[in-house]
Amino acid sequence: MKQSSDSPIILLLSRVISPYIMLFGLYVIFHGHYSPGGGFQGGAMLAASILLIRISAEEKVYELQFKKSFDIPLGAFGVLIFFGVGLTAMLLGGNFLDYHFLPMDWMSKADIRAMGILLIEVGVGLAVMTILVAIYDNLLEGEDA
Amino acid sequence: MKIINYTSLVLIGLLLIYASLGLPYRGDAEALVNKEKSLIGSPVASSYYIQNAYKDMNTPNIVTSILGDYRAFDTLGEEVVIFTAGIICFLLLSKERKSETK
Repeated sequence: MKQSSDSPIILLLSRVISPYIMLFGLYVIFHGHYSPGGGFQGGAMLAASILLIRISAEEKVYELQFKKSFDIPLGAFGVLIFFGVGLTAMLLGGNFLDYHFLPMDWMSKADIRAMGILLIEVGVGLAVMTILVAIYDNLLEGEDA
Repeated sequence: MKIINYTSLVLIGLLLIYASLGLPYRGDAEALVNKEKSLIGSPVASSYYIQNAYKDMNTPNIVTSILGDYRAFDTLGEEVVIFTAGIICFLLLSKERKSETK
């Protein structure tokens, strides 16, 4: 059984730090076109901000932030975003994952490809975040049994 | 038996060091991977990426454009690997699952 810390200082500090880590994770994902970073790194940071609350608070509190039962379905949804972008391009006449066939005609071809990269990075970030949290949750449950 | 282990270890290490002496230096213009044309005259991938990545997708970060566009299949595979790890943790450790099967 996991013992949550009794100290209010730890809970307060992690409550203060967690949103900033989450914001920086979102920045790393969405600024991946211009600076080092991308879906995997940003997803790991989002997972870190969620796990910080999970370590310091008790179950009743962290279930409010991110429900345990959402872990695996959201991860599958992240993989599905990546796969769906590739499949949409294929159904519209291109190769699998050939982004400039995506239905966004108001932009130039190069911009459509950049947008396709952004879409798949969001999918990767979502999947990495939820899977890391899911591994933590499941390990905790296995410990109880 | 231990002596044979250590000697084979040292011999393989020496072999690897000897083989690494034949590798080209990083950024060597004469190395085959850095040339524009391969031996049979087809374009080499790395120089193609460096010349065309910004033109093709308006993305200043060449690493993102290679991972996300040219080599997107590889990234899809990585994501599926992570997802599989999560699913396996869920199947092995999840409590509801255990009580269902009993």
